[in-house]
Amino acid sequence: MDAFFLQVLNGLDKGGAYALIALGLTLVFGTLGVVNFAHGALFMIGAFCAVTFRKLITLEQVVLSKTELSPWGTPLEIRTPYAQQWFGDFGNVLIDYSVPFSLLLAIPVMLLIGISMERGLIKHFYKRPHAEQILVTFGLAIVLQEIVKTFFGANPNPQPIPQALQGAADLGVMVGLAQHTITYPIWRLVYLLFSLSVIASVFAFLRFTTFGMVVRAGMADRETVSMLGINIDKRFTIMFGIAAVVAGLAGVMYTPILPPDYTLGMDFLVLSFIVVVVGGMGSLPGAVLAGFTLGVVQSLASMTAVKDILPGIDQIIIYLVAVIILLVRPRGLLGKRGVMEN
Amino acid sequence: MVKASNNTVLHVADVHKTFGGLHALADVDLAIEEGKTHAIIGPNGAGKSTLLNVIVGKLAPTRGTVVLDGEVLTGKSPHEINQMGVARVFQTPEIFPDLSVFDNVMAPAFAKRDGSFKINIFNSLQSEKDIAQEAEEIIVDFGLEPMINTHAGALSRGHKRRLELAMCLIQKPRILLLDEPTAGMSRHDTNTTIDLLKKIKSTGMTKIIIEHDMHVVFSLADKVSVLAQGRIIAEGSPDEIRANPKVKEAYLGESSE
Amino acid sequence: MFNIPKKDAITFVLFAIVVLTMPIWLAPLGASYPGLLQKFAIYALLAVGYNILFGLTGYLSFGHAAFLGVGSYAAVWSFKLLSMNPVLALVFAIFFSGLFALAIGFISLRRSGIYFSILTLAFAQMSYKLAYSVLSPITHGENGLQLTLQDPRAIDMMFIERGSSLPTSSLFGIPMNGYAGFYFCAVILLIGFFIAQKITSSPFGMMLKGIKSNEDRMNYTGFNTKPYMLTAFVISGIYAGVAGGLLSITDPLAGAERMQWTASGELVLMTILGGVGTLVGPVIGAWIIKYFENIFSAFNESVLHNFFAFLPDNFESIVVLISSKFVGEGWHLTLGLMFVLVVVFLPGGIMEGVRRISARFSNRKDPSKGEEVIDPENLPKPDLKKGE
Repeated sequence: MDAFFLQVLNGLDKGGAYALIALGLTLVFGTLGVVNFAHGALFMIGAFCAVTFRKLITLEQVVLSKTELSPWGTPLEIRTPYAQQWFGDFGNVLIDYSVPFSLLLAIPVMLLIGISMERGLIKHFYKRPHAEQILVTFGLAIVLQEIVKTFFGANPNPQPIPQALQGAADLGVMVGLAQHTITYPIWRLVYLLFSLSVIASVFAFLRFTTFGMVVRAGMADRETVSMLGINIDKRFTIMFGIAAVVAGLAGVMYTPILPPDYTLGMDFLVLSFIVVVVGGMGSLPGAVLAGFTLGVVQSLASMTAVKDILPGIDQIIIYLVAVIILLVRPRGLLGKRGVMEN
Repeated sequence: MVKASNNTVLHVADVHKTFGGLHALADVDLAIEEGKTHAIIGPNGAGKSTLLNVIVGKLAPTRGTVVLDGEVLTGKSPHEINQMGVARVFQTPEIFPDLSVFDNVMAPAFAKRDGSFKINIFNSLQSEKDIAQEAEEIIVDFGLEPMINTHAGALSRGHKRRLELAMCLIQKPRILLLDEPTAGMSRHDTNTTIDLLKKIKSTGMTKIIIEHDMHVVFSLADKVSVLAQGRIIAEGSPDEIRANPKVKEAYLGESSE
Repeated sequence: MFNIPKKDAITFVLFAIVVLTMPIWLAPLGASYPGLLQKFAIYALLAVGYNILFGLTGYLSFGHAAFLGVGSYAAVWSFKLLSMNPVLALVFAIFFSGLFALAIGFISLRRSGIYFSILTLAFAQMSYKLAYSVLSPITHGENGLQLTLQDPRAIDMMFIERGSSLPTSSLFGIPMNGYAGFYFCAVILLIGFFIAQKITSSPFGMMLKGIKSNEDRMNYTGFNTKPYMLTAFVISGIYAGVAGGLLSITDPLAGAERMQWTASGELVLMTILGGVGTLVGPVIGAWIIKYFENIFSAFNESVLHNFFAFLPDNFESIVVLISSKFVGEGWHLTLGLMFVLVVVFLPGGIMEGVRRISARFSNRKDPSKGEEVIDPENLPKPDLKKGE
């Protein structure tokens, strides 16, 4: 039973990542009607925002020591990060918390990338068939990942967890179980809370702001809203930017869990498309629900007890669930009827 | 259930269709007679298109059956119902926009000859002389021969309608369903279409026609049924319908008609 | 059965000449070596088969790599268990890929549009993941399935002694590597091309195009579109299986990476690049991609320096620096860009480009296009929700 809980928890943080990517995909699909295969690449670029940020703040000044010698008899190199020199202690905090601080870099970068992507390429594809949208965004995804590869190489770039958040929390104790029954890495807990709060903010934004209300109305009936003289396209462009930001933030915070390399986007893309379809094309709550559900299901399937009965099930469970959902309930968990049937 | 008589071809028996809690069709009972043109009129949202969709198998009725020549159509899929001799012309022409006009007309002829599925790989289209000839004849009949090799998607709306009609007629169906064949047409085009439909009528083909335009209805129909809010409120010859106070009321209720 | 329209016959003869003389005309392009020639023939066959599904019916499958993989495995197993005969290996590949395509197609075709694409993608990914894990006894997982000296090879053993080195696949004593392997693949490609021509010009092919054009109308016209689709799916799956079999015949090593979905993506790209729905287009697309993949990825900076040697020094190093990002390791960047540019500017692919150019040179109006009439109904509809 404890192992079960632990697996559920393990699934939730992955589910959080799925949900965030799927949320963005659904926003783009719901507002612009575009099937964006480059969305996984946005997640990957977000992750590399964290890598870049860390590279920048850990740039070091190298001074040759006049007194001390290294074991080889050469003058000792004293390396001090510029951040430390300039900001003192805050610089050290900055380096320690580089991943969370990268969020500040990721927001403007992702917004810019998202909006220029939409204005530069995607907008020409609103009225083209879905197959062409898939193809052009797939091509774009390849381009983006190859660009990242030229700058950062093919190897994974591990990112550290801030010291205070390393280690594991003993959740079992909190609910009155014996010690060490359910321990859970703190950072994963942070990720889970982070994804929940991003999801909550996106929903709150759509629900309580005028901007969000117009967008929701536009998702429901674009033509009527346009007829009211509201420039819906501009808002949709911004929504694309927001979707990119959401994917990017998800990527930033995921870096300590999975060291990013340039293929990260493609790996997550296929999965998050499955998530979107399972949740129901165009349904935001569906995307979130399916994201967490599939994360947990995948995690449960990799329990040894399950794998003993069904070998290999952990490898394919998500696809299997997708196939079953599509056959039994083609509109997904919470989707509306008839969306994208053709 | 009482109305089916000896020369009834298609019997819509007691059909109900609800969407959620909404009654789109209620107790609809229609007997379509052999060789006759039966018009169904009614205000917008009266359930006319739903009725056609039930007949061709696009929608399953909540209750009731549709019977063609003693065979139940209900529960069959659109292609089976077509194979039994029901062809349909849509309100917005449904054609194959990427195929040539010629191929558009050939395809239904193949469906008529080969049934709903046949892997016919070894013959080329050119070697199918009989079907090609049949298609050519009907294209000439419909005045479409100047554009025989044109992609159907490039035709004007009027030509598309004519093409769709040709596609239905090459199958020589038992029953032809026409959904507002003159919607959005100019007076002149409407008259051309009426002439065309009269010509078809003289071949003795049974037709069900849904129409808004009373001019079309009264110049073509042998019998008229009036549908309002999913129910048939009146039925009779065009003259009887014209005089029926209930019909006037239904239409006056919707003054825009 | 062999009666085909004159135009098709001419196309076929020209195509056969082009394919069979490849070792000659590819020599000046530096691509006339057997390994690459075999790939040209095999991937052309794969693309021709994929086009039967995607080009004719418009159904976008992301799962064809799975059939390629199944074909490869089936062929290697035929070598291992029975005989090194390539024809027998192809029979194996056809049978198993056909069976596999039938099963996957039967389920996936219950949905259309993007749902179909996702279903095929899901099945292909499942096959790929299983090939790496649980099915290792059959696929030999990461190591890949290869021949060993201890293989039973039941049929071969009846006639010949077990040798001391690994055997190669051979037909009438001619080993299937080198140029003979290329000609074997080329003949299979020609057969495949001929069948594709027959299908395209047949009533069956017209029905498939009808499904692409308006599936609803097909139903109301009395066609049961499901079996048509399934037949097309299985045929195109078998093409992929045969291509996989040929890969194993020319090089008896089958690995699971052939089944990854990016391999399907590459296939889609070949078809799009050349021209969806045309017969020759996908072949050209496959050739271009395989050619550049081999040539570009072999480029390195010294080659570039030689190439741009005529430029002033400073300028040269900048040009080399930039262009080096697009070749060698960076070849995929070129591929991705090509993909985007083709979809944006030339959705009809290279064949569309050729048509446009030839239309510009000849003032004759293309009779099949007729006069373009702008009809508001033909404009793409913005509404995506096509529900009732």
